Amino acid sequence: MDLSLSDEQKQLQDAAERFVRDKYAFENRRKIAATDKGFLPENWAQMAELGWLGMSFREEDGGYGGGPIETMIVMEQFGKGLVLEPFLPTVVLGGGMIAAAGSAAQKEALLAPMIEGKKQFAFAWLERQSRYNLADVSLKAEKSGAGYTLSGHKGVVYNAASADDIIVLARTAGGAREEKGLTLFVVDGKAKGLTRRDYPTQDALRASELTFDKVSVGADAVLGKVDGAFPVVEDAVDRAIVALCAEATGCMDAINAATLEYIKTRKQFGVPIGKFQVLQHRMVDCFTNAQEARSMTLMATLKIDDKDPVVRRKAASGAKVQIGKSGKFCGQSAVQMHGGMGVTDELSVSHYFKRLTMIDLMFGNQQHHLTRYSNLAMAA
Amino acid sequence: MDLALKPEHKAFADEVRAFTRANLSPATREKTVSGKHYDRADHVVWQQALGKKGWLPYTWPKKYGGPGFDVTQRFLFENVLAEEGAPRIIPFGVKMVGPVIYTFGDDAQKERCLPGIRTSEVQWCQGYSEPGAGSDLASLRTRAVRDGDHYIVNGQKTWTSFAHWADWIFCLVRTDPDAKPQEGISFLLIDMKTPGVTVRPIIMVDGAHHVNDVFFDNVKVPAANLIGRENEGWTCAKFLLANERLGIAEVPASKRGVRSLWQLNDDPSLKEKIADVDLQVQALEMSELRALSTLQLGGAPGPEASILKVRGSEIQQRIAELAMEAVGEYAAPYQPDLLFRDTNETPIGPDHAAPAAPRYFNMRKTTIYGGSTEIQKNIVSKAILGL
Repeated sequence: MDLSLSDEQKQLQDAAERFVRDKYAFENRRKIAATDKGFLPENWAQMAELGWLGMSFREEDGGYGGGPIETMIVMEQFGKGLVLEPFLPTVVLGGGMIAAAGSAAQKEALLAPMIEGKKQFAFAWLERQSRYNLADVSLKAEKSGAGYTLSGHKGVVYNAASADDIIVLARTAGGAREEKGLTLFVVDGKAKGLTRRDYPTQDALRASELTFDKVSVGADAVLGKVDGAFPVVEDAVDRAIVALCAEATGCMDAINAATLEYIKTRKQFGVPIGKFQVLQHRMVDCFTNAQEARSMTLMATLKIDDKDPVVRRKAASGAKVQIGKSGKFCGQSAVQMHGGMGVTDELSVSHYFKRLTMIDLMFGNQQHHLTRYSNLAMAA
Repeated sequence: MDLALKPEHKAFADEVRAFTRANLSPATREKTVSGKHYDRADHVVWQQALGKKGWLPYTWPKKYGGPGFDVTQRFLFENVLAEEGAPRIIPFGVKMVGPVIYTFGDDAQKERCLPGIRTSEVQWCQGYSEPGAGSDLASLRTRAVRDGDHYIVNGQKTWTSFAHWADWIFCLVRTDPDAKPQEGISFLLIDMKTPGVTVRPIIMVDGAHHVNDVFFDNVKVPAANLIGRENEGWTCAKFLLANERLGIAEVPASKRGVRSLWQLNDDPSLKEKIADVDLQVQALEMSELRALSTLQLGGAPGPEASILKVRGSEIQQRIAELAMEAVGEYAAPYQPDLLFRDTNETPIGPDHAAPAAPRYFNMRKTTIYGGSTEIQKNIVSKAILGL
C-alpha cells in the first residue's frame, strides 16, 4: 500500500498546474468560451506536445504506459481552471473505447492521430428517453449490403461539432432497454445524412443534438463486437466517471479557496464575516466534504483497473455518490457565503457551481449511483 | 500509488489473525458479536495477551518498547482485531498517557510507568473533564498545591471512563490559579489507592456503568509524579487530545457495523441508507489512510485529525440508528440481563434486538466526548482555515 505520487507523476502535476495558471485565469477562460469552437486548438496542440493525450494508454496501443492515476492528476487541475478543451470526450471516452475494443487497424487509424492531437472524438449514447440508463437505446443500425444504415436521434453529445469522428451507440438487435444487441459505430462527423443542432451547455461546454437519417457506414465502422457493446460502454463510462470525479475535486478545492478568501475579507457589522462561528463551521464542512471527495476519487482511481468488474463498478458508483453530495454541498455553500455576489456571473464561484452541478448529472447522479452501488453490494 | 498489500504485509495480517483466534476468549468474542457489554476481565485478559506478544503498545516506536509497526501494519492490526471481534484496546494507557510519558516524562518516570502500560498490568483512566470544565477544558479548577516534595490535590473530575477499574489516573490540575487559564495547569499522575480518592458511578442513558465522578479530598501526591514542568501541562494535554482524536474515528468498528447491517437487512427501504453509510465509512477510511501516510512513525497527528473525529463519530451514530431502524418495534423491550450479565434466558424478539436501542442511545456520546463536534470545528477553523 502506497499513497504517494512518483517523481514523474509529481512533474505531471506541476506541468498541469502551470498550464492552468498560464492559460486559464478567469477572464481568459471567458474569452476562450466565447470563441467559435469553445476551446483553443493551440491549447489542444500543447496538450499533445506535453504527452497528455497519450499518457494513459498502453505502449502497445501507441501510448506512454500510464493509467488512471495520470488521468486523475490532469483532470484535477482541469477542474481547478474549469478547462474547456475536450479531454473527456476525446481521450477518456473515445480513446478509451478504441483502446479497449478497437482492431489493430482502428487503433492505427484513430488512436495514433488522436494521441498526436490530430483527431478529436465525441461519444453519442444518450437519447431523449434514456435518462441514466446506458442500455436505453433505440437509434437503429440496420444491415445493408456489407455495411450498416443508422437512423435515429442522439442528444447532448459533447464536442460533436469539433469531433472528426463520432462514436455512436446503436441498436442492432433486441428490445428497447436490453443490454444485448447494442453495437458501437465510428461515424465520420461529416457523414451524409447526419445533421447537428449545436449549442452551449450551462457550464460553457459545447454539445449537439444529432439526427441520423439513413447514415451509411461500412462494416469496418463497427467498434468491437456486433451486439456486444454494452460491457465496453459500461466500463468506459465508469472510467469517465472516475475522471470526472477528479475534475470535481479540483473544482471543489478552487471554490472552497475562493470562499475562504471571501469570508476573510468581506466585512459586515464591522468585522470580516469569517469571524462568525456559523460561517466558520459551514466552511469547515465544505473542507470536510472536499476531503471526502478526494479520498473517494483516489480510492476509485486505484480500483478502476481491478480485474473484478464488480469492484470497478462499485468504486466508480461510490465515488460518484460522494462527488454528487460533496459537490452540491460545496457549491451551494459557496454561493450562500458569497451572498448576492455568489449568484452573479461576475465571480468565478457561480461558474464552479454550474460545473459541479452538471458533473453530478453526467452519467448518473448521486441517487442513481447510490441505487447502483446498493444493488451491487446486496448481490455480493 | 497502489492499494495492494505487499507480501510481507499480507503475512503480517495473517499472523495477527492467527494470534487473535488463538488468544481471544470465545466468550469475549461472542459479546462483541452479540453487542453485549464486556466486564473488566474481558479487556484485561485480552490486553495482557497482546502485551505478552509485544503488540499492545502498537503505536509506539521500538525505542520505548513498542513493536515499531509501520503505518500499514498499524492499519492492518486495528482492522484484523476488529474483524475478529476483539474488544477495542482501552486507550487511556497505550494511546494516551503512554505517549505523553515517553514524550514529556523523565527517565525515572519512563522506567516506572511504561512497562505496566505495555503489558496492561496497570490500568489507567483519564482525569480531564470537570463539572465546570467540559468544552472549556482550560477552565478546570482541581487544585494541586505544592507542599515539600508532594502536591496536595483537591477537587473533582467527571465523565471518567473505567475509573472503577483503574489503578492510576492521569490528571490535569491547576497549580497556578493566578496565571491565564492555559498557563497554570500541570499534568499529574495519581495512584487511585491514595487516601482521599473516591469514585462515584454515573449510570448512563443505556443503563450501563462505564463512567464516574472522581473526588479528590486532600490527596497527597509525590511531586515525582509531575510530568513535564509545573504549569506547562497544557502542552501535554493538547498532544494527548490530538492523539485521542485519531483513534476515535473508530473506522474498523464501523466497518464491522456496516457488514452486520448488510446481513440483517431484508427491508428494501433500508438498502440505500445502508449503502450511503457504507460509502461514508469508505471515504473516512481512505481519509485516515491519507492522513496516516503523511505521519512519521511515532509523530503526533495535526488538527486534520479533528475532521476524522467529526465524521467518524457521526458515522458510528448513523450505524447504530440504522441497526435500530432495522429491528423496528422489537427494539422496545429493555433486557439488561442480556446486555450486562451472563444469562441463559431466552431473548425477547430477534437475537440482535436487545442491544439495538441501548446502543443507539449510548452512541449519542460520540459527538460529545473527546472534544465535541462543535469544538472540533472551532479547531479546524482556527488551525487549518485561519479564521
